[in-house]
Amino acid sequence: MAETLDLSMFVERGAAGASHMTLAVEGVACAGCIRKIENGLTKLPGVIDARINFTQRRLAVDWRDDEIDAAGIIKAIEGIGYQAHPFAPERVEADDSAQAKWLLKCLAVAGFAAMNVMLLSISVWAGNVSDMTQETRDLFHWLSALIALPAAAYAGQPFFRSALRALRARQLNMDVPISLGVVLALALSVFETATHAAHAYFDSAIMLLFFLLCGRYLDLAMRRKTRVFAGNLASLKAEFAHRLEASGELTQVPVAALNPGDRVLVRPGERIPADGAILGGTSEIDESLVTGETLPRAVGAGTTVYAGSINVTGALTLRVTAAGAGTLVEEVERLLDKAIAAKSQTVRLADRAAQFYAPVVHATAALTAIGWLIAGASLHDSIVIAIAVLIITCPCALALAIPAVQVVAAGSLFRGGVILNGGNAIERLAEVDTIVFDKTGTLTLPDPGVDETTDINPDILERAARLALSSRHPLAAALARRARERIPYSGAVEEPGQGVRAVIDGEEARLGSAKFCGPAVPEQPMAARDSTASFITFARGGKTATFAIRQVLRPDAIAVAKALMARGLHLIVLSGDRPAAVAPVANELGIGDCRAGLKPAEKIAVIYALRAQGRRVLMVGDGLNDAPALAAAHASLSPVTAAHLTQAHADALFLGDHLKPVLRAVVVARRARSLMKQNLALAVIYNALAVPVAIAGLVTPLIAAVAMSGSSMLVTLNALRARLAADGDLVPAAVDRLPSPDSNRNAMSAAAASLSSVPFPKLAAKATPRPLVEDISA
Amino acid sequence: MNVLIYLVPMALLLGLTGLAGFLWSLKSGQYDDLDGAALRILPDDDIEN
Repeated sequence: MAETLDLSMFVERGAAGASHMTLAVEGVACAGCIRKIENGLTKLPGVIDARINFTQRRLAVDWRDDEIDAAGIIKAIEGIGYQAHPFAPERVEADDSAQAKWLLKCLAVAGFAAMNVMLLSISVWAGNVSDMTQETRDLFHWLSALIALPAAAYAGQPFFRSALRALRARQLNMDVPISLGVVLALALSVFETATHAAHAYFDSAIMLLFFLLCGRYLDLAMRRKTRVFAGNLASLKAEFAHRLEASGELTQVPVAALNPGDRVLVRPGERIPADGAILGGTSEIDESLVTGETLPRAVGAGTTVYAGSINVTGALTLRVTAAGAGTLVEEVERLLDKAIAAKSQTVRLADRAAQFYAPVVHATAALTAIGWLIAGASLHDSIVIAIAVLIITCPCALALAIPAVQVVAAGSLFRGGVILNGGNAIERLAEVDTIVFDKTGTLTLPDPGVDETTDINPDILERAARLALSSRHPLAAALARRARERIPYSGAVEEPGQGVRAVIDGEEARLGSAKFCGPAVPEQPMAARDSTASFITFARGGKTATFAIRQVLRPDAIAVAKALMARGLHLIVLSGDRPAAVAPVANELGIGDCRAGLKPAEKIAVIYALRAQGRRVLMVGDGLNDAPALAAAHASLSPVTAAHLTQAHADALFLGDHLKPVLRAVVVARRARSLMKQNLALAVIYNALAVPVAIAGLVTPLIAAVAMSGSSMLVTLNALRARLAADGDLVPAAVDRLPSPDSNRNAMSAAAASLSSVPFPKLAAKATPRPLVEDISA
Repeated sequence: MNVLIYLVPMALLLGLTGLAGFLWSLKSGQYDDLDGAALRILPDDDIEN
């Protein structure tokens, strides 16, 4: 059936039929790929420009509408050998990019000023101990003021604005003492220069800004990197729906473009794109992503179904509805609202430090001035010394202490396949003492696999798996993932609801239900004693084999569970699935505490009960039913295959088929937290040494410069240890097979591999499901 | 010390030129794709035989 593809929501229209679109591209790895795609596209008639941003793995295309369209461009990229996914740019990303540019400009200005002022300052320091005349020194000070004042006015904006915002809200943040220190240092220096004094602090003020801007920029750069990556993943995952138009025609549209009231066709093997009520057709649907239940549910006209379920047997037509009262989604959202409202706001370490730090520093400075006055010093001298105290305590090291660790830890997590949603997640992950796991899709792989506990002849498996490539049934899809040679047999015929048959090497082979495979096949002997698996039978030349398809544990789940328990964490399994399906999994992992058959409200109740006992809970889950529990927990993780709503409430996502990222998240976060505390301690020690010197009135600009840069470097170097420590000592090497997402490419492929059964529009009619991008166990 | 009269402005001018150069390169998007720039110099299909 010819089906038109509607990509208009991704395309930006310009003047005179010019259009622009951004795509996330998979598999771009080298200079050759860039050239192949760019040259291949610009050769097409109508394409004005195509440019790849290799850092972001994105392609920007401009074209004229009258000669080619968006679908044609995607098809052309496919023809060149790459998968491209249209990309709806998010506003947050654009804001971030503007912010990064602005910080970089401030950084450049501060860097320029710091270098030039230091050039003049060093001359003055040298001249003060040799033969510099007062006129020359004054000239150098005025020149410094000429450079430093405009530069500080420009480069200090990020701090001044944030400090003003905090003061207006009647709060103190770290930017308040920073701004105050910089402004006072500059004002004092101008006054001293005008009165021909020997010391001015222009270099201290501007150097402080430079160091702090470095920290700000690195922090933002790290956040941007993860956000761009998450954006690419989202477009990779973006699903398409078959919309039935009023005219009876079928259009493929992005799920985001569906509106309530639209009619949608869902074919067997596809994911249900939106919540809705079934208008026609009967089928069984797998709701494991919604409720955690692994047994398919029979549905027919009038039944309400949820986005994320997989349609197993028959084609369904449904009407998209907004979540109605009494539905599961409505209950989940009600619980979510309550959980978010009840969530205790954890105060971040940096803010706690700032709230304590600023009053202490300002009180010390005031007391110093008063003390010197009482001791008989002049008003001028007392104020100069008090301001010197403010300058030396300006929280340069303190303001770098925590962001520096966060940047390094976030980078380490990113390489380990964990994408953080927010910066303070690291601190909360570190405090966790209990981990609650969902079962389906979290401890087990999101898609069912072939049970390997029984002996399987590899030849038969390969043939059955290759035959399964020609079927759309989810059971066959699980088998098909095992095919080494990913070419379907020619002439394979699928009989809907029964199975596939093809002639292999001159003999007819069948794959499907036992009945379909012939009367000689015994009625599934294993089914009677095993209710957690589904069975699929393969028959060829009189010989038959039956494969058990079931939820399989993530390959390293046992080792990770052991390692987590060894680190003193209490593990709990909470599942919406039947007890018969949950208990064996918990047993195998050695987790004693497990509860099954829970509704979303019961899951969240368990989390609250744990919290009441004073436990800090990390919730790891993927289902829609887990979303309220994720929001209620102290910290939360989701696999990248999780339902949309669930991902939105997780602190971090993890990629790939392995459970190891959970362990890594906890280990790196704990390490990071201890380094943050070390850094704060270092900053305190620095102040304990420097403040008495300043109070005694002995601080010269030279001492201030050495002390400030020295302490900043010390905390930054200490922060780098978060990276050294993170990459070792995790789990035994045997399970250390996480696809190293060192580059975006590997991580993208791993993510793509774990995002199976994503129905991407097939532009050419293909009989086979789209093969996975790359099997990560390969 | 009269030499300072032209040495200092020269030093400042050189520094400002560098700053202006950086701001221009930032504005023209040269830092948008650092990894890509490293790879784009490799193909030599722009050389005519």
